[in-house]
Amino acid sequence: MKPAPAPPAPHWLLAELTYRCPLHCAFCYNPLHYDAVRHELTTAEWIDVLRQARALGAVQLGLSGGEPLMRDDLEELVAEARRLGFYSNLITSGVGLTEARIAALRRAGLDHIQLSFQDSTRELNDFLSSTRTFELKLKVAKLIKQYDYPMVMNCVLHRYNLPHVDKIIEMALELGAEYLELANTQYYGWAMKNREQLMPTLAQVREAERVVAGYRERIGERCRLLFVVPDYFEDRPKACMNGWGQVFLGVAPDGVALPCHNARDLPGLDLPNVRDQPLAAIWRDSRAFNVYRGDGWMREPCRSCDEKARDLGGCRCQAFMLAGDATAADPVCAKSPHRHEVDRVIAFAAGRAREEQPILFRTNANSRIMKPRT
Amino acid sequence: MMTTPIPANPVVNRRFRLQWEAAQDSHVLLYPEGMVKLNASAGEILACCDGVRSIDEIVATLEAKFQTAGLRGDIAHFLAYASQQKWIV
Repeated sequence: MKPAPAPPAPHWLLAELTYRCPLHCAFCYNPLHYDAVRHELTTAEWIDVLRQARALGAVQLGLSGGEPLMRDDLEELVAEARRLGFYSNLITSGVGLTEARIAALRRAGLDHIQLSFQDSTRELNDFLSSTRTFELKLKVAKLIKQYDYPMVMNCVLHRYNLPHVDKIIEMALELGAEYLELANTQYYGWAMKNREQLMPTLAQVREAERVVAGYRERIGERCRLLFVVPDYFEDRPKACMNGWGQVFLGVAPDGVALPCHNARDLPGLDLPNVRDQPLAAIWRDSRAFNVYRGDGWMREPCRSCDEKARDLGGCRCQAFMLAGDATAADPVCAKSPHRHEVDRVIAFAAGRAREEQPILFRTNANSRIMKPRT
Repeated sequence: MMTTPIPANPVVNRRFRLQWEAAQDSHVLLYPEGMVKLNASAGEILACCDGVRSIDEIVATLEAKFQTAGLRGDIAHFLAYASQQKWIV
């Protein structure tokens, strides 16, 4: 076997500071058993992770979770990130972002805040997050502008809010958003559990696409609208993570290093922990970061596919969830022998009545009844 | 083709952060969740865009630094592009 070429530097460090979250979103990608994950990294341990990642060449830092504002050392971590030369992105629901904290984060050198919304209406926002947070988010959006941050809004889309994507865009414009990510639900973690409930119909997706295109034409550069068609409705998979172990390095609250957000749910990876090994060894040498690097792991139909360099076989987690094999082609691909699994879900979405199955909210109590993968 | 006017005293747009990246061996522009890797001359020019120096002064600075002449055309061409990209204002 010839030695693999040295991997590129990780560009993006995602620090999932905590799984604690005041929201209970039905489409959260966090692991179902998050409540069993205890012993969060300490401030000193996170600072060490930041230093090591920066030395590896990481430059973009995502501060996420859960809700990263649940950590009261966030300001300290941001200050260290700034000293190290990271560009730091806070990915937040806005809950806990008081004026005192945003001022402190600004002083510490935070570069950017991405604020999530669940919907443009109070009713749906609060229902889908199972909280009363809508008014608070409006206040936070104003604070973000006041502290001269680029205003990046994110709204996760599914069949409940796709029909009023126009209202979501209007709200973003009213709040002065410079970017609006209309992120169609990706079916992992809690979202996978609620897939039958959240999956839109093809007609909803196409209509939303049309509405977004209309707005793009009208508003020009005032606000950049990002809308990605959910991959279930495409016939080729996404180039997941821009390639396994190429760009993305995630660190979970307990120090587990992740080649993708949902790697915890893949079997047999033996995920390394930053508490046990240097980050450089994890990134370069660990089995978990090498197992799907490049294309040596591929089977047919990917192995001989002339498009494999473009989509890299798609998403390993989706292959595992839908085809039962993490080395299979992503079943979203029309060339996959498991594509019928995806079509079945879409057909079900088109035919179903609305309230057959209750949504399972992401709560600590619900998490406790989920079995962790061992 | 529509051309964007070059600001008289260009400064890097506050929406971007210009910094030297040792891992890339180049200057980069950082922005929310993204990065533009700059070639050597683009990095040198942007590093001069401090909101104080005029175009003449930027040209003089770089011609002195690299002990050469006749950079004005290239610099103006790049600054027009940078302005169009909103890297400078």
